[in-house]
Amino acid sequence: MNPTTAAGTQLGQPNSTAIIFFLLFVAITLAITYWAARKTKTTSEFFAAGGGVSAVQNGFALAGDYMSAASFLGIAGLVATSGFDGLIYSVGWLVGWPVVTFLIAEPLRNLGKYTFADVVAYRLKQTPVRLSAAVGTLTVVSFYLIAQMVGAGNLIHLLFGLSYEMAVIIVGAVMILYVLFGGMIATTWVQIVKAVLLLAGASALAGAVLYKFGFNPLALFNAAATQYGPETLAPGKLVASPLEAISLGVALMFGTAGLPHILMRFYTVPDAKAARSSVFYATGLIGYFYLVTFILGFGASVLVGRQAITGVDKGGNMAAPMLAEVVGGTGFLGFISAVAFATILAVVAGLTLSGAAALSHDLWSSVVRKGKAPEHEQLKVARLASLFLGILAVILGVAFKGQNVAFMVGLAFAIAASANFPALLLSMAWKRFTTNGAVASMLTGSISAVMFIFLSPTVQVDLLGNASAPIPLKNPGIITIPLSFAVGILVSLMFPERESADRFAEVKHRMHVGAGKPTPPAPEAPASTAVGTPPTMPSPGKA
Amino acid sequence: MSADSREEALEALAASRWRVAAVLTVATLVAYLGFILLVAFNKPLMGQQIVPGLSIGILLGALVILTAWGLTGIYIVWANGKYDRALHQLRDGK
Repeated sequence: MNPTTAAGTQLGQPNSTAIIFFLLFVAITLAITYWAARKTKTTSEFFAAGGGVSAVQNGFALAGDYMSAASFLGIAGLVATSGFDGLIYSVGWLVGWPVVTFLIAEPLRNLGKYTFADVVAYRLKQTPVRLSAAVGTLTVVSFYLIAQMVGAGNLIHLLFGLSYEMAVIIVGAVMILYVLFGGMIATTWVQIVKAVLLLAGASALAGAVLYKFGFNPLALFNAAATQYGPETLAPGKLVASPLEAISLGVALMFGTAGLPHILMRFYTVPDAKAARSSVFYATGLIGYFYLVTFILGFGASVLVGRQAITGVDKGGNMAAPMLAEVVGGTGFLGFISAVAFATILAVVAGLTLSGAAALSHDLWSSVVRKGKAPEHEQLKVARLASLFLGILAVILGVAFKGQNVAFMVGLAFAIAASANFPALLLSMAWKRFTTNGAVASMLTGSISAVMFIFLSPTVQVDLLGNASAPIPLKNPGIITIPLSFAVGILVSLMFPERESADRFAEVKHRMHVGAGKPTPPAPEAPASTAVGTPPTMPSPGKA
Repeated sequence: MSADSREEALEALAASRWRVAAVLTVATLVAYLGFILLVAFNKPLMGQQIVPGLSIGILLGALVILTAWGLTGIYIVWANGKYDRALHQLRDGK
């Protein structure tokens, strides 16, 4: 169990196993894309896979969308370098999922079509609501994309020894192929393949670590405590101020319920019951994954050694790959590196598709063409939007090279929690919510979250090098989420909207009973909602 | 069922769904914020090891993750059972 030195690692060398596994992944996913492209003929197929994804499939796809390289490499690295403090993130990233299950999944499925703006705009005036929802969506997607693309460039540079720009271009090009041709069907399957690979890779790695400790995690934790002192297993400096901790916590919790690429996935299942079950599966998979990160992090600190890890990458991001090399040799390192690459690819594909939905469905079809665009035009615009966003992602990735963008994921969550979540919840639950209220709430959320972060120590001190920041909070959630709710409620009360209140009964009916088919009240309910249908059904588009 | 009583039944069902959702959301919040507040205010307690290797902090962290999943499980059981039955009755009993 001698910690290897940094010099002994193959990391960053062109690794044939890594390249073979990666090419294999790309080949399989492109084959899926080819198959999916032939099934993608309508906007419903392009954006929602025709509603034909089963609950289990969607559970894996949700997990695939959510488990980014940041959580795999980042959290394992944090736990490896700072022990218990890293676990606080593991816990925080999971607890948003129950909120999605309880408050969002079913109403969203029953009320919307492709985007969360469908739900907010249901009984309100289309144009202003869709415009402000698109602002929220596109800001979240852009910041998230920048963080992922820059992360991809750095990671792949470290893992494979490719140049940064080359890595960004490869990720961008493959992702564009998925989204442009295969739409949601391909993206869903890429997420599923990636989720299975990531879970299998992490499990194998954890198993190999535990093997060395008699399959007793406590022996591993104890070894970490012996090597680095008992404070490794106790909270350290990360949570210095309780207010800061709570603020981060609420942003993570409610941000998950406002992430456009996650929300969009609920339209891919046939009904509310499948939506509900799919979050249950996803929560289990993601929870398991974060529990495994406990093992990976402590395993890396004991078996690889903290010095060796930070010697390769100051942020500790290479802890998991280095651990793979120590327990399984170069071949395993290659496999884990390829999994990390695949992970990034899948996440950026999901993000791009949700951004394209906001551009084409919310802005073009609803605002510009007032819902009168014919189907083939909508599909063409959707594809153009995906291409545009994919190219933009590559440009942004190259433009932000060398910048510290880690805060952008936090920013994306803060905006999602403050701009999208309050309006979404109020539109489903509060009769007197109005167009003005929704617009005010969404814009207040976006603008205040961006402003607060700009004025926070993260940007002012860490990025701009100022001595202090006007706002001491690093994460603005605790202020901006209540603010966005308050503004939405106040503006709605100040300018009542009779029409919106009148249509609330319809919203309520549809939210619970579902859209139903536009058929007359036949005794035959839609098959997917009939009594006794198992939760995981329709298998339309399977190979 | 008459239109009025169906309206009332839907009203009651909607209210019960929001009630269950609210209770479970608050339970999740309490579990998570409780964990974070302990981390912030009682570091020595969280660092105490129950058995060698298992600090209270690690145990509680793992428990919060399991609780979060457990709560979604409770919701699924309720929604797939009681709620869906009522919903189908409402939908079919025209």
